[in-house]
Amino acid sequence: MATPRLTRNSQQQNRISQGSNSRQTTLLDWKVKDKAGNSKSVLEESSSLEDSNHADDQTEDALQTAVEYFQKGPKKASLSKDSVLEKHLKTVENVAWNNGLAPEAIDILLNVALSGKFGNALSTRILKCMIPETHISEDSVVKAVSWLCVGKCSGNTKVLFYRWLVAMFDFIDHKKQINSLYGFFFVSLQDDTLCPYVCHLLYLLTKKENVKPFRARKLLDLQAKMGMQPHLQALLSLYKFFAPTLISVSLPVRKKIFFNNSKNLWTPALLAVKLRNQGIFPEPLKLQLGPTSGRSLKRKWNYHSVIPAVNSAKKECREKMSLFDYLSNDRSLPVEQLQSFPQLLENIHCLELPSQMSSVLNSSLLLHYVNCVKDESILLRLSYWLSQTLQEECVWYNMNDYQQEKEFINFLDMVIRVQCFLQEGFYSCEAFLYKSLPLWDGFSCRSQFLKLLAWIPFSSFSEIKPLLLDHLAPLFFTSSIYFKCSLLQCLKDLLQNWLLWLSTEAQVQPMTDSPLETTLGGSMDSVSQLIEYIGWLSMVAIRLESSSTLLVHFILDFYEKVCDIYINYDLPLVVLFPPVVFHSAFLSLDATILNQLCYIMYRYRDNLTAAKKKDLVQKAKSEFSISSKICKEFNYYLTALVHCLWSSRPFETGVYIDPQIIENTGETQYKHNLNFVHHPCLLNYAASFLLQESPEEMPVHLSSIRGKKWNWYLDHLYSEGFQGLNLFIKSSIDHSSVSKTEKNT
Amino acid sequence: MDTYDSQGPTSRRRTSNLKDYFVSATPLQKRLKLARRQSSVFPSPSRRKIPQCSQLQEDIDPQKVAFLLHKQWTVYSLTPLYKFSYSNLKDYSRLLSAFIAAEKQKGLAVEVGEDFNIKVIFSTLLGVKGTQRDPEAFLVQIRSESQSSREHRQDKVLWTGWFCCVFGENLQETVSEDFTCLPLFLAHGAESNTSLIGGWFQKTFDCCFSPLAISAFNLSWMAAMWTACKMDHYMATTEFFWSVPCSPQSLDISYAIHPEDAKALWDSVHKTPGEVTQEEVDLFMNCLYSHFHRHFRIHLSATRLVRVSTSVASAHTDGKIKILCHKYLIGVLAYMTELAIFQIE
Repeated sequence: MATPRLTRNSQQQNRISQGSNSRQTTLLDWKVKDKAGNSKSVLEESSSLEDSNHADDQTEDALQTAVEYFQKGPKKASLSKDSVLEKHLKTVENVAWNNGLAPEAIDILLNVALSGKFGNALSTRILKCMIPETHISEDSVVKAVSWLCVGKCSGNTKVLFYRWLVAMFDFIDHKKQINSLYGFFFVSLQDDTLCPYVCHLLYLLTKKENVKPFRARKLLDLQAKMGMQPHLQALLSLYKFFAPTLISVSLPVRKKIFFNNSKNLWTPALLAVKLRNQGIFPEPLKLQLGPTSGRSLKRKWNYHSVIPAVNSAKKECREKMSLFDYLSNDRSLPVEQLQSFPQLLENIHCLELPSQMSSVLNSSLLLHYVNCVKDESILLRLSYWLSQTLQEECVWYNMNDYQQEKEFINFLDMVIRVQCFLQEGFYSCEAFLYKSLPLWDGFSCRSQFLKLLAWIPFSSFSEIKPLLLDHLAPLFFTSSIYFKCSLLQCLKDLLQNWLLWLSTEAQVQPMTDSPLETTLGGSMDSVSQLIEYIGWLSMVAIRLESSSTLLVHFILDFYEKVCDIYINYDLPLVVLFPPVVFHSAFLSLDATILNQLCYIMYRYRDNLTAAKKKDLVQKAKSEFSISSKICKEFNYYLTALVHCLWSSRPFETGVYIDPQIIENTGETQYKHNLNFVHHPCLLNYAASFLLQESPEEMPVHLSSIRGKKWNWYLDHLYSEGFQGLNLFIKSSIDHSSVSKTEKNT
Repeated sequence: MDTYDSQGPTSRRRTSNLKDYFVSATPLQKRLKLARRQSSVFPSPSRRKIPQCSQLQEDIDPQKVAFLLHKQWTVYSLTPLYKFSYSNLKDYSRLLSAFIAAEKQKGLAVEVGEDFNIKVIFSTLLGVKGTQRDPEAFLVQIRSESQSSREHRQDKVLWTGWFCCVFGENLQETVSEDFTCLPLFLAHGAESNTSLIGGWFQKTFDCCFSPLAISAFNLSWMAAMWTACKMDHYMATTEFFWSVPCSPQSLDISYAIHPEDAKALWDSVHKTPGEVTQEEVDLFMNCLYSHFHRHFRIHLSATRLVRVSTSVASAHTDGKIKILCHKYLIGVLAYMTELAIFQIE
């Protein structure tokens, strides 16, 4: 049966969906007809095109007559002879499997099937094709159930009906009335053949108010009679979930399949219905936070995984409750039933929290809840669990187990994802770092540790230095350049998290009444101390790694964050880089570093001017004013940069070298050696520029770049992507100096 | 009125958990401070009191104490129990026994309150605490009722575990009312039962058990403190075990001393009355080491101390403890509580 139906289905789909294809199909149709000997004119083709358009209408009409036929019923129910009946049945089946049936059609046909008017065989066939187009109305189901009481249908039909009901359960529009038939279904459990299917239906239908002591007892009796049946187990565990004091059941460790759905007749049809419905009820977007599936930890006490499954609290253990409380219909929502964000919003006032708070780590929805809840005990429960688990799972407490290390890394990754999701660090992770950093080898779980480090909440520098930085510094100095770079990156992230927190806090309340820092100024001191400390680390690292390009990149990345604090975070702080960083970046052989340096200088300039402006406006009020030392330092950097790159008068201030000494070395052109043309990292750009200008001229004369050519050369550099240079020159060199340099060169 | 208050509640628009934790001294913040203190200074106090007979100990039921003594207990640390109530002990017995019955016959549902041949009894251990503020200790027992001898009602104790807190104020301070702090858990019986019952507690009261290992450092403290205890008569020799890791089998060194000799040695190094200091502990152990070295040319300081047993109590590094002297029960438990609290903070 399946194959012809499928082909028919695909043909119809082709006809409906794709215009060009439909043309082809009809052409084929026509050709087949042609071959068959029915050779008519070309007109035939065009008419068949129209046919396809009307095909839907035709089938609809056919269906209607078929349904009417079944509703009225034949005078004599002699099925085998009746070809009309067969034809109508075929129509119904075709439509049902292709497009599904409308609720009204299902209503009528269900009645027909269960009344047994046409005999068992036909009832079975009709039931098998009761596939809804989008949904089934509740009334039809209730009517159908009423037929079961009359006793007109056979046992097989009943079984098939229950199977159908279970399969189509999700497509029934309402379930309130069906639920009021709960008692009826429950009684049907006694029928041995029906029992598995009724169990499944009840499993879908049961609500808390349906769970009564007498029913629980009845189920236990049934279990005693029939033994350990998976379907009964399922229903019992559901009962236990609603009323834990009535029943105690523990399921085997391996998750069992309670209901065997492999013989579901309607699987392909159900898929089609779901696809049809998807436009109407889009599934909520799920935020997958962790690898929740199949992590089997061998921890002795937690049978399945480190993180417990979400189970709502067993109230009876926490508060004394009478039997009445269980049976009374209180409206709280167990967390297991929480599926979507809108549902969370609706039920946020009456959520039954999980019995083990740590299970929220696996549920993004509950994390939303945790994020906004004020209840201290929730955080405390979570934090106790996290502290213990971190400590117990930590690999270097239990040495040399590769598998365990991998699991620990996975666990840390999950915690880090949660922290990023909540945008704040857990207290337990912070305490864990304090405990374990002194023991850390700087190698195991490196990236995880550094990421955790970046989420340490804002604290006073003097407090955090002995706990963290004093342990990290020796590792930093003795480890490879890659460790140095990743630590710098992590400290940059830490700084960013602190800045974000401070900038939002500063807006909410200018005077933080915190026990750690009493004023914003105090907090700023901590931040600037952190920056200075990282500056010191960078300085030493540059010497240790002999100004490695990679390292300088990471250091400048850090300062790119630092230079913009005043404008980006609206915090009154400007901290400059130490001279070592400036000089090694400036003298680097990598042009991108020079570009980055210029960009940072440009941002510093903007920040300083903004700070100065504000200073002038509210001189009296602001407790922060840019110290003249910072301005002086910045000016030194600025003039050094401009003099070297632009005016070819290197280091006239600050560094004093007797010109005589340099001239003695025989290098007369030294003044030009660090300008845009001769700077070692830009030399090849200058050469390629000249070759582009006049390809035939060899060798190139770099000193020919001057006057107008100088400007063209700069444009050439900008087009090569040196935007930092561009911004720096535009901001720091005014027009008069441009003309001056033109004279000079 | 300070600036924060004068702004009123509207200024707290964006109140993150983080901020709460900076603005007011919440339990979490107190815990953080504790953690910082522990990590920055030396991890444990450098002086402790020599265990004394406390007043509270007088009202302990002697029968129950006898039950706790002379048994090998495996010790665990336990985070505070959430929503535990002493008035519900009967319900807990009922639920835990149903849970155990269900676990024993996996897959079969059982009615709560049905009669099994397993009985769980929760009972309080009055007086097993350091101060009035410590919560009451309680005992959990699993007994099997043998069907055949129903007239005799001879229950067989399958498993025993107890929860206690002795001088645990600093933990009590860091939690809110919903929690009951009983950081020390001691179990005696099959480990499968311990894990079963532990699992039930973890699920029911959202707490965490973890095995409490006793480091060599802490074992030497125990050795010193327990040697310092005044005894009317000594019941056992003072004995130390060291382990030398070597293949194929590790080498164990046992070192037994007459308890009076140990006490004499202690008295010679002991200076501060009523207290034990870190210096004294080191000196005491070094004396033992040098004595041993003189005789056997083995540097015990290079090996690992794994067990200490005295007339007061004995302890193994794996987290096993046996208390022998009822007089110093509280003192021993106080130190164990301190270790447990250190582990969960």
